[in-house]
Amino acid sequence: MHMQLIRKTFTAALAVLAAGLLAFGSTAQAGVKIQKWQTASGSEVYFVENHDLPIVDISINFAAGAARDTAQKSGVAGVTRYLMTLGAAGMSDEKIANKMADVGAILGGDFDADRAAFKLRTLSSEREKTQALDVFTKILQQPDFPEEVLTREKARIISGLQESATQPESISSKAFMAALYGSHPYSLDESGEVDTVAKISRADLLGFYQQYYGAKGAVVAIIGDLSREQAAAVAENITAGLPASAIAAPIPAVTLPTQPVEKRIAHPASQSHILLGYPGIKRGDPDLFPLYVGNYVLGGGGFVSRLTEEVREKRGLVYSVYSYFAPMAEAGPFQIGLQTKKDQAEDALKLVKETLGNFIKNGITEAELKAAKANIIGGFPMRIDSNSKILDYLSMIGFYKLPLNYLDTYNSSVEKVTVAQIKDAFSRRLKPENFVTIIVGDPNAK
Amino acid sequence: MRTKSLLILLLMMPLSVFAAPSVQEFKLDNGLKLIVQEDHRSPVVVSQVWYRAGSLDEVNGKTGVAHVLEHMMFKGTKEVKAGQFSRLIAAAGGKENAFTSTDYTCYFQQLEKSHLPLSFKLEADRMANLQLTDEEFAKEIKVVMEERRWRTDDKPQSKVNEAFQGTVYRAHPYSRPVIGFMNDLENMTADDAREWYHNWYAPNNATLVVVGDVKAEEVYQLAKQHFGKLKAKALPVRKPQVEPEQIGERRTVVKAPAKLPYLLMGYHVPALDHPETDWEPYALEVLAGVLSGNPAARLNQRLVRETQLAIDASAGYDLMSRGHQSVFALDATPSEGKTVAELEAALLQQIEEIKVSGVTTEELDRVKAGVIAADVYKRDSMFYQGMQIGTVETIGFSWKILEDYPNKLRAVTPEQVQAVARKYLLKDNLTVATLDPQPIDPNAKPQGKPHVH
Repeated sequence: MHMQLIRKTFTAALAVLAAGLLAFGSTAQAGVKIQKWQTASGSEVYFVENHDLPIVDISINFAAGAARDTAQKSGVAGVTRYLMTLGAAGMSDEKIANKMADVGAILGGDFDADRAAFKLRTLSSEREKTQALDVFTKILQQPDFPEEVLTREKARIISGLQESATQPESISSKAFMAALYGSHPYSLDESGEVDTVAKISRADLLGFYQQYYGAKGAVVAIIGDLSREQAAAVAENITAGLPASAIAAPIPAVTLPTQPVEKRIAHPASQSHILLGYPGIKRGDPDLFPLYVGNYVLGGGGFVSRLTEEVREKRGLVYSVYSYFAPMAEAGPFQIGLQTKKDQAEDALKLVKETLGNFIKNGITEAELKAAKANIIGGFPMRIDSNSKILDYLSMIGFYKLPLNYLDTYNSSVEKVTVAQIKDAFSRRLKPENFVTIIVGDPNAK
Repeated sequence: MRTKSLLILLLMMPLSVFAAPSVQEFKLDNGLKLIVQEDHRSPVVVSQVWYRAGSLDEVNGKTGVAHVLEHMMFKGTKEVKAGQFSRLIAAAGGKENAFTSTDYTCYFQQLEKSHLPLSFKLEADRMANLQLTDEEFAKEIKVVMEERRWRTDDKPQSKVNEAFQGTVYRAHPYSRPVIGFMNDLENMTADDAREWYHNWYAPNNATLVVVGDVKAEEVYQLAKQHFGKLKAKALPVRKPQVEPEQIGERRTVVKAPAKLPYLLMGYHVPALDHPETDWEPYALEVLAGVLSGNPAARLNQRLVRETQLAIDASAGYDLMSRGHQSVFALDATPSEGKTVAELEAALLQQIEEIKVSGVTTEELDRVKAGVIAADVYKRDSMFYQGMQIGTVETIGFSWKILEDYPNKLRAVTPEQVQAVARKYLLKDNLTVATLDPQPIDPNAKPQGKPHVH
């Protein structure tokens, strides 16, 4: 019970998230040497050979995120991914977990609106690697979706959703995504809704699996203590028995809001939780670099951002205030967030709006641009200083079809950004007059 | 004065073909300890300054001051004005932050390796020359109060945890929250923070940990150049404040807006004291692993998956404690329609089973396999390795105990696991904290079943 307090956990975590989502990498003369090929089954493989540590990291990524759900069946995508790990090729959830634990392997994964991913970290020694990969392969290729496990997990998920519906942080983010995306699938909660999860059947999961877990188009990322030949064999094995489904259709384009939405929700918490935003950008968007560098100055650069300076450092109104773009297959959100005690919530919100308005109207200074570039470019080596970080870049580059030299050209892309481009991009892409604003813990509610 | 240079030998035979990490230890004349772990995989460096000052060292009426001072450490010195610390690190492409716990306060930077001198220059400067102004304090204390609201006051499980600590400990300072009580924060003054800085911020109360693509000898010279001129201080006397033995179960209930109840229970158990000869702390670690080390471990398998009494359940134990106190904790959330009382009985039943029937060799081997693998996986994170070194050094052990840690766990027998369960997990030594969920609409009727207690 040695609790730790971090000076700015929340902001820092989001800044990392935003950076990761944007996947800016670049340079490093000793750059990452990525090998790419296709398996016989039609999956794309991205491999980095590295024998420094006796570890192998693998991830496999499918276009099977929550945006594949419908409002009526919200939750099917997430439950499918989760249930795959809880019963496969006749092995129970207990057996799967024990077999992984017996060799010290770690089964992980990621799930968001675009993507469903499975990750495996194992020692590279033969016995450990073989057993871990055997279980991993069965999870991917022979999921059983046991009926009784589905019933049990649905009850757990529903309890979790009911709890989330009482907590200000989850209430605000759910309301934010719903208001921002309306009927677009990005509005759907990744965990589903209480009444839709209750209705999920085994047939729904089997159908979803057959449709979205095809080998064709799946992206396999591998880094670690394997030769190219060994990596090729691993990639063939884990993709060989996947369904023969067609590549998933593109996610529909996002419609921009034509009028503002402000939603105030009463809550007994001592703080108001405030979110503001607008649909942002997609991967590969030509405005991505100017917006990313600009956002570093606005609210992405932690302690040196304008939002932190104005709202926290000068006035002590918040512990955390941040902004980020989360580029996705289609326009992911631009979001500003903060929490402050209720009686100063209106003042803080006004200040945030002024800071944003001023930023969009006047842009940034040459000195700010120089500082932003120095941090982003100078910080590049820390983006690729571990196998687990590189694995995530491989997955992202592969999943979003970014150029193979993405990491190598990153610094020059940042270097090229100008003050004028940032001002132009922000004023074209963000329309504060049509922003969504969510306030949970409405200061005026009785 | 340079003391020692050692090479960590890898424990596992199959790994012997991989380069062993090299750790070296130095001590400056003013008492500052420096530990350098060379890791040449990437051209980066992590630099961490660990102060042996945490909430453990606070006194009543001034709770939270260790953490407030951590915030104030970014508010300027004679040479570096408020806010500039962060800007200088950012301009070098770096990340920086700090964290405070019961046992320590740590400041860190992650940089491209050529910028290590900047980190040392700034850390040495603020170790001695902090300019703690009333004006900056007045703003920052408001930030910390917002942090408390966000982190504890509006988070039901955090409130349960705070109440649990205050119940399981009565005399020991671990009873008080690291963030501090709100009333103490409201009444804290800049002088309280100055006093804290004056008392504890000194080279002889700090450990500098550097992990990265560096040469240990060069780091030592650099440390002497920047930190060498700082003066050692006489540190305040630390009282042991040993917690009296608990005889009789304790209970506390927290009411907060939530849907689900929550249960947190724990027993006083020993922390690591003599790393070479102790065995109980290692057995307690293995016990925690048997109960919740993986998704098929006992608590999740039996309470979540089989009987479905809980939607989650876990056990935890931390053998590292500068306050020489630890708790073996269990926590769980009941399933819809189940009460915390039913869940508590089920958790106690799991403990009872271990006392009566022990644990299997298979379960032990599984926990040990995880420990061995984790010891390899950690080498993928320089920051985490620095954290481990800094934590054990600040508690008062040598980083060298990390080397032998996997072997210590591997040596634990089923009989030892059963023995610590029998010796410490006793009803008279139990503290139970529960969350009684309240509706978020104050006009609504309470949800769920009333709670037994």
